[in-house]
Amino acid sequence: MTALGDLPTWAAFIVSFCVVLGAAVTLIGTIGLLRLGNFYARVHAPTLGATLGMGSILLGSTFYFSVLESRPVVHEILIAVFVTLTTPVTLMLLARAALYRDLTEGSTEVPASEVVEDLIPPG
Amino acid sequence: MSGILPYPLLSLALLALWLLLNQSISAGHVILGSVLAVLASWAMAALRPEKPCIRRPGAALRLTGMVVVDILRSNLAVGRIIVRSREPGVNAGFMTIPLDMRSRQGLAVLSIIITSTPGTIWVNYDAAKSTLLLHVLDLVDETVWIRTIKGRYERLLMEIFE
Repeated sequence: MTALGDLPTWAAFIVSFCVVLGAAVTLIGTIGLLRLGNFYARVHAPTLGATLGMGSILLGSTFYFSVLESRPVVHEILIAVFVTLTTPVTLMLLARAALYRDLTEGSTEVPASEVVEDLIPPG
Repeated sequence: MSGILPYPLLSLALLALWLLLNQSISAGHVILGSVLAVLASWAMAALRPEKPCIRRPGAALRLTGMVVVDILRSNLAVGRIIVRSREPGVNAGFMTIPLDMRSRQGLAVLSIIITSTPGTIWVNYDAAKSTLLLHVLDLVDETVWIRTIKGRYERLLMEIFE
């Protein structure tokens, strides 16, 4: 932890605030994963970590390395872009798989099959 | 233009990606990145994807700003439901929204916006009926969600892509 000593106090406060905020938001999302009732509601919780949680930690990281190296370090933007582009694919895959399972099991808590008929393969 | 650079936007994005990854804008990296970006766009041309055209860059910027603000607000809203509510998720439910947008790029961007906003998830799009099935965590009033998605996002996306 030698690099941490080189960081000015004011910068250390901002960095810690960003990282702790991001970690707290991600923790709330994880608690949501435990507390929420059914599968579809539970899928919503981790998006907290994937949006504000991720953004805040990346902001802290950008700030930390920019101050430490005395030049703008912004390649964290790429992490944000790739996480934002790929998370929806996984979430949609999970939600559709769950819906397909519930429809084939004849669950009454999901929309009727005529609403989502193209999920069911013909025949 | 279309011979050498079939997808100028893609090439530009790849060049930006290369420069950001290397954290340098030296001439060597610009040249190497440009060569890679052009080669990659030729490879992409072999797949013959539909060419997206962004008609209104200003509207795209406005949409980006709006989405960032909405994501922050719904982070707070979903966080509050998880921490405060005694029985979280009791209001969750499915809803369908009729969409007017046909553009595939527009729909792709809309799906990313809806899914990365906490509290809403894109479940299924029916191309024949052009309806969208959503799951919403806090489904108290359907009209609010229809107004948000159709009025705020779909209108701007149609301006941009159609």
